Amino acid sequence: MPRNLRRWGPPLLLISPSLILLGVFVYGLLAINARTSMTDMHTAAQTTGRKPTSFVWLTNYGDLLTSPDFQHSLRNLVIYTVVFLGGTMLFGFLWAWLLDRPVRFEGVFRSIYLFPMAVSFVASGVVWRWLLNSNQGENASGLNRLFQMVGLDFLQNNWWNNVNYGIAAIAIPAIWQLSGYVMALFLAGFRGVPEELREAARMDGSTTWQMYRHVIFPQLSPVALSAVIIVGHMSLKAFDLIMSISKPANYQTKVPAIDMYVFKSSFNYADAAAVGVILLVIVAVLVIPYLVHLNRTEKNA
Amino acid sequence: MRTRRTLMAVTAGLAASTLLLTACSSGDDNPSSDGSGAAGGDASEVEVFTWWASGSEKLGLDALVKVFGEQHPDTEFINGAVAGGAGSAAKDLLQTRLQANDPPDTFQAHAGAELQDYIDAGQLEDVSALYKEFGLTDAFPKDLVDRLTVDGKIYSVPSNIHRANVMWASPAVLEGAGLDPAAKYDTLDDWFVALDKVKASGKTALSVATTWTQVNLLETVLIADLGADGYSGLWDGSTDWNGSDVTKALTDFEKLMSYTNTDRDGLDWPDATQQIIDGQAGFNVMGDWAEAAFEEAGKKAPADYTYQPVPGTDGIFDFLADSFTLPVGAKHPGGTKAWLETISSAEGQTAFNKAKGSIPARNDAKPEDFSEYQQTAIASFGKDTIVSSLAHGAAAPVATLNAISDATSKFTTGASDLAQYQKDLAAAAAGK
Repeated sequence: MPRNLRRWGPPLLLISPSLILLGVFVYGLLAINARTSMTDMHTAAQTTGRKPTSFVWLTNYGDLLTSPDFQHSLRNLVIYTVVFLGGTMLFGFLWAWLLDRPVRFEGVFRSIYLFPMAVSFVASGVVWRWLLNSNQGENASGLNRLFQMVGLDFLQNNWWNNVNYGIAAIAIPAIWQLSGYVMALFLAGFRGVPEELREAARMDGSTTWQMYRHVIFPQLSPVALSAVIIVGHMSLKAFDLIMSISKPANYQTKVPAIDMYVFKSSFNYADAAAVGVILLVIVAVLVIPYLVHLNRTEKNA
Repeated sequence: MRTRRTLMAVTAGLAASTLLLTACSSGDDNPSSDGSGAAGGDASEVEVFTWWASGSEKLGLDALVKVFGEQHPDTEFINGAVAGGAGSAAKDLLQTRLQANDPPDTFQAHAGAELQDYIDAGQLEDVSALYKEFGLTDAFPKDLVDRLTVDGKIYSVPSNIHRANVMWASPAVLEGAGLDPAAKYDTLDDWFVALDKVKASGKTALSVATTWTQVNLLETVLIADLGADGYSGLWDGSTDWNGSDVTKALTDFEKLMSYTNTDRDGLDWPDATQQIIDGQAGFNVMGDWAEAAFEEAGKKAPADYTYQPVPGTDGIFDFLADSFTLPVGAKHPGGTKAWLETISSAEGQTAFNKAKGSIPARNDAKPEDFSEYQQTAIASFGKDTIVSSLAHGAAAPVATLNAISDATSKFTTGASDLAQYQKDLAAAAAGK
């Protein structure tokens, strides 16, 4: 017993502050949030106890998930995530592959691709709001004006003001910002493949393409998985970029995180909390299998 | 190596526990109110919470603080202005502070229904005693005091009045379209004829910006088609949202939106006003804070821009007011009282409104102290029927306004048709 204590005591003592902090400020608050989401706290008077609040179980979830407006937000979220994920994976992979071959000024290119990540979503959103101006023809500005200048008039469109797919336009700046990061991940993956394997492939007489296709690409799947998880969970929480390009009231760019903000500002804490829980569940569906998978591979290793 | 790791762990642990401590200590408790907050109390300082952090609003606040310093030299003014998002950043923070029982000594809020949530939550003191003490019941127009009174109590003191139903126009664009820039438009139908001509000349006929400015436009159309009583009835339930006269108004609104710029959702009101200043658009509907933007650009009426009530709303003053409150549990209620006295005094209101471009709520202000536009607004405010603005929180509580904004955005982006829009609006007003 004292021996165990001596062994486990000090480390436990050291990590206990963070354990307590996590317990209270993450899991404790998650629990309170989940509880709020199952009450009928829809008005300001209830938040201060002036009017009674009762427990309504899953009513708020039912109301939200059957409301056409919230379904529209969820649909937007799916479109945004698909475009954002697809775009970053495609460009990140492509750039990493190009840089994997011996290229002159590799460092310069790497920095150029990686730099956008250093800009905050809010700052780039302000610039992209102007670039993605939806005016066409005479009043056009931003990208639409650019298309006119290079004679690609047919490419002009109303960007994020399209009521069905406008949200995909918001993914463009997000792709621009995060492709470099995915590139860095993939580049590390490429570099992690031992030189011996490449040499062996060459000895066996494979062409460059065959070497990539059968030797190197298969070894990148763990990297690809990590990239999908990292970019995917960022995409599901999309808020700041949308807020700085569009406005919370704009129907065409509604996503659940924006709904949560609007509910909260209307003192509708129950629905805001319910949206939060729904988002948490969606992210968990993505992340938990990944963590389980990681845990297993670590044990096997 | 080992010692270094231990050291790091200790540092991290210490940092974490400091965090924990600060997190615990920030929720200091306030004495709960005894209901007599309007009387006496600590007057050593006053923290004034606003979103007046830049432009003409900041100039107004500075002017007000100067008068405050003269009238109440013993009370220290603490500026609690929060910048960002046309007040939304400030409202977010305010919500949090009130929730945590850490209210500022006084905060800015639009007078009227926007206060309803705070009143329901028991976060505001009744200040009607101060109205008697400062003689405000007689100094403010009766229409206004009626609009501020909830169940016989008044919860805020207005510092200024704005008018939301003003139509601005560019004489150059109108002349280019073959129109008389000095023409008055009595009805929406007269206006449509002019809008068609501007549209035919290749300019934007009506400039508008993001959702809230569209709601501002909607409310003026509702006033024009329903009249003052019909419009006010929308908020007390005596006008039916599903009625055919509302359908007529929404049809007019739909038609007006067809004259507007396509990039509206990405713009805010200064961008829409700028289109009038730059001669890109013929007309614009915006509250009279736009006057400050024209002045800043060095423009003069009526040569560079013109203004008149939105067609069909002449004789009606669509009002909104900034006002200040006494929160329950304010730490320096005496300071708050001093502040409320200054902002409601004739000197305070004159100094503030001259700088901000709005007009005093008091009816004893001297019109000759103010600019030409302000003089016309003061004259209208004195004789027109006063109705409450929807887009600026005077007519409906925040939740209703948010729901109406959502429905309006859905409609103007083309995701719902007129019948669905009317249904959505009726549901929003009913609080469902």
